[in-house]
Amino acid sequence: MALKIEARRQISTRMLYMTPFIAVAATVVAGFFLFMMLGADPFEALYVFFISPLETKYGLSELGVKAAPLIMIAIGLALGYRANIWNIGAEGQLTLGAVCGGAVALAFWEEQGLYILPLMALAGMAGGAAYAAIPAFLKTKFNVNEILTSLMLTYVATLFLAVLVFGPLKDPMGFNFPQSRMFSDSATLPIIWEETRLHIGFVVALLAAVAGWVLLTRSIIGFQIRTLGSAPAAARYAGFDRTRLTWFCLMLTGALAGLAGTFEVAGPIGQLVPNISPGYGFTAIIVAFLGRLHPLGIIASGLLMALSYMGGENAQINLSLPQAVTGVFQGMLLFFLLASDFLVRYRVRRVKPLAEGV
Amino acid sequence: MVVMTQRHMLHWRYRVLRGLGLGMEPSDKAVKEHPRLELSGITKAFPGVIANSDVGFKVAPGEIHALLGENGAGKSTLVKQIYGILKPDSGSILWDGREVDIPSPHAARALGIGMVFQHFSLFEAMTVLENVALGMDDPGKDRVALAKRIRQVSESYGLPLDPAREVHTLSVGERQRIEIVRCLLQSPRLLVMDEPTSVLTPQEVGKLFETLRKLKSEGCSILYISHKLNEIKELCDGATILRGGKVVAACNPREETARSMAQLMIGAEFRSVARREGGKDAGPVRMELKALSMAPEMAHGVPLKSINLSLRGGEILGIAGVAGNGQGDLLAAIAGERKAATAGAVVMDGKPVGRLGPAARRKLGLCTVPEERNGHGAVPDMSLTDNAMLSAHKRMGFMKGGFLDTAKSRSFAAEVIKRFDVRTPGTETAAGSLSGGNLQKFIVGREILQKPEILVVAQPTWGVDAAAAATIQQALVDLAATGSAILVISQDLDELLTLSDRIAVINAGQVSEAMPAATVSVEEIGLLMGGIHGTPEKGAA
Repeated sequence: MALKIEARRQISTRMLYMTPFIAVAATVVAGFFLFMMLGADPFEALYVFFISPLETKYGLSELGVKAAPLIMIAIGLALGYRANIWNIGAEGQLTLGAVCGGAVALAFWEEQGLYILPLMALAGMAGGAAYAAIPAFLKTKFNVNEILTSLMLTYVATLFLAVLVFGPLKDPMGFNFPQSRMFSDSATLPIIWEETRLHIGFVVALLAAVAGWVLLTRSIIGFQIRTLGSAPAAARYAGFDRTRLTWFCLMLTGALAGLAGTFEVAGPIGQLVPNISPGYGFTAIIVAFLGRLHPLGIIASGLLMALSYMGGENAQINLSLPQAVTGVFQGMLLFFLLASDFLVRYRVRRVKPLAEGV
Repeated sequence: MVVMTQRHMLHWRYRVLRGLGLGMEPSDKAVKEHPRLELSGITKAFPGVIANSDVGFKVAPGEIHALLGENGAGKSTLVKQIYGILKPDSGSILWDGREVDIPSPHAARALGIGMVFQHFSLFEAMTVLENVALGMDDPGKDRVALAKRIRQVSESYGLPLDPAREVHTLSVGERQRIEIVRCLLQSPRLLVMDEPTSVLTPQEVGKLFETLRKLKSEGCSILYISHKLNEIKELCDGATILRGGKVVAACNPREETARSMAQLMIGAEFRSVARREGGKDAGPVRMELKALSMAPEMAHGVPLKSINLSLRGGEILGIAGVAGNGQGDLLAAIAGERKAATAGAVVMDGKPVGRLGPAARRKLGLCTVPEERNGHGAVPDMSLTDNAMLSAHKRMGFMKGGFLDTAKSRSFAAEVIKRFDVRTPGTETAAGSLSGGNLQKFIVGREILQKPEILVVAQPTWGVDAAAAATIQQALVDLAATGSAILVISQDLDELLTLSDRIAVINAGQVSEAMPAATVSVEEIGLLMGGIHGTPEKGAA
C-alpha cells in the first residue's frame, strides 16, 4: 500500500477561507500537548497564552502596539505576494526605516515642531523603500532571485544599525551604552489611549489596510498585480509591465516596513537601540498568508499574531516557560496553515503499488 | 493505384471528390472470427461528469475502426480504459472473445495493444534508439540489435528513421514515427491512434495512411480516433460515433457523407460558414512585417527569420504550418508581447510600432487572440468581467483615473456573452470554469467587439466544438467584411482554406509568399509545410 498525492478536481473556495480557522484550532490543540509535555497545566497555560492578555487595559493596548507594525508590513507583503514577488526582507527594510527616521529625530533633537514627525515618517519610508530598491534593481536588471537578496540584506541592515548605535548615533551622555539619545517629545508618536503605549501608528496601520484593499480591488495597478500573480502570460498579453510592477511592489513594501520601523523607534522604544523589532518583518509573512493576502483579513491575522507575542510573554512570566514558546507557536500556526491549504488543494490517497513498467 | 495516390493528396479537398469515395475492401472475412476487441457497457464517471456511459462497440481483426466525436465526447477517456490507464467503473472488455481485465498499460501491451498518443512522450535530448528502448517493456540488452530492428521495421512500413539521431533534430512527423515504430516493435494486434494527423502535413498524412493500410493488410486492427471526417471516410471500415459520452451511432463511413457524420457527431444541423467573395476589393495595406527576425523564446524553439508579410484591410490572410515552427513567437512579435529589434520591423497603418508594447499597439487598433486560452488569453480564476477588463480596459475606456470602472466592463462582458452565445451563468463566473469552446467564443468576441482595425488570431477553433467553431469563423468573416484586416495563424488547413483569401505557410521560422486561397493547390501548401520551398516540380509529388 502506497500513498499518492493528487490534485483535487474542484477546489472549494469556502474551504480556502476556512483554513486560517482550522490552522488556529490545530495550533491550539497542538499547543495543549506541547504545554502538557513541558510540565505545565495545559488548560491554565492556554488560558495564560490566549485569554489573559485580553483581560487588561495594558494587554489590549499592547495588542494594538504589536499589531500595528505587523499589519502595516503584511499589507505591503501581501500586495507583492499577490504578484508573485517574494520580498522576504521586510525586517531589513524595517530596520533601515528605523535608522532613517531615527536619524531625523536625532538631527532635530533640539528643535520642536509638528513638522518633525511627518519628516521622520517620510525619511523612514524613503529608507525602507531605498533598501527594497536593491533587490528590485537586481531582480529587474539581472533576474536575481529577490527571496535571496532581500533575506540576506536583512542581516546587513541589522549590523548597519549596530554600527550606528555603537558609533556615530550613540548617546553622548549614555554611559557608553549602545543606544541613542531618547527622542524629543516632538519626535515621539502621540498616544491615543491614555496611560498606555498605544500610539497613532495603530490607526495608520488600519488606514493602510483599507488603502491596500482599495488599491488591490479597485485600482488599475491592483488589477495588474492580481493578473501578474495569477496568470503572468495574460499580464504580458494585456501589456502590463512586469518590471514596473516589480519595482512598485517592492518599493511599496519597503516604504511600509520602513514606516513601521520609524513608528517603533518613535513610539514604544523612543530611541535607537541595537534590537528594534522582535522579528516583526518575518512574522508579517505569516500574518500576510494567515490573512489570505487580503488586506482586511490581515487586520485580523495581525491582531492574532500580536496576541502570540503577548501570550509568549505571559507564559514566560507566569509559567516560567521558555521565550521560544512564542516562536514555536508562530511556527506551528504557519505549518498548520500551509498544511491545511495543501490539503484543500490536494488529497492523499492510498493506492495499490503500480505494476512496474508504466 | 494512381487514383489512390491522388486521393491521399487531395483528401483535404474531400468536398470536390465526394463522388470518388468508393473502393476499399471491407474485411468481411472477419465476421466469422471473434472480434479482436469488443467493449460493452463501459461506464466511467469522474466527479461531476459522466465521461462514458454504457459504451459498446466491436473492432474486427484487420479493421480500421474510427472513434468519432467532438472534443469532450469521451473518446480519450474511453481509449485510456482500453490501454489500462484508467479503470472502467463498470462494463466489460473482450479480447479475442475472452473477457480481460487491463490494470495497466503494461498489461495492455502484453495483450498486444499499442497506443500512439496525441502528445508524444519523448526525451528531446536523447536519440531515437534510446527513446524507443525507454518506452519498451523489454528492450533487451543488445542495443545494436535493437537499432537494426528499428531500421527494419521502420523501413518495411515506410517510416524511415535513423536510430542514432537525437529527437530534438526531428520534425513532428518524424517524432510521431518513433512512437509508431515503438508500438510496431512489439507486434501489436490492435493499434490505438489518438488524433494522429493533427500535427502532420498533408504529405505526411498520406504516408501515415499507407502505413496503416499495410498494418491492416497484415491483420492488425486499428482504432483510429479523430474528428476529421474526410480522413475517416477515406481510411476507416467502420465508425462509432460518441456524443456526450454515449454511443449515438455506428456507421460505415464509406456509405455516409461527411455532412451526415458531422450531424451525428454534433447532434444538430451542421452550420457551415457563409462563403464570401474573397479579396476582390481588398483595402489599403494595414499591417506590414518587414524583415522581422527574432530569437526563439523557448529553448529548442526556432528563430523567426526575416519575415515579410503585408495584410490588407478587408482580407483574411491565413498562415498555415505544423506546430512548433515559430507561430507562437510570430504572434508575440505582432502583438507586441515581444518587441522587435527595430521599430520598422512591424508597421501598422504606416506607423512603425516594432518597439511598442501590447497596450500601445492595442490602442492603435491591433487586437489579438493567443493560442492558449487559459492563462494567456484569459485569467482562469478571474471573472468574465475582469477578463473583459484585461484586454479592453484601455481601448474601451473602462478606467476612471487610476481606478477600474467595473460597471462598464461588466456590461461589455454581458454584451460579449449575448452576441457570441457564450454559455455561462453570468458575468461573474470565473473564466476557468467555462468549457474550452465557450471561453474561446468569449475571448474572440471580446476582441471583435473592440472593433479592431487589425485582428490577429491563433488557432481560432482549436479544441472547440463544431457549433462554436462555426460561430467564431462566421464572426471573423463578418469582421473582415467591415474592412478590418485579419490574420489567422492555424494548423487546421481545412479551416484556413474555408476562411482565407490568401494563405502563407510558416516553416522553421520562415514565412512563404502568400498565395490566393482560391487557386493554391493543397500539394503546394503541404510541401511548404514540410519545409520544401520554391515552386515544386510538377509531378514530383
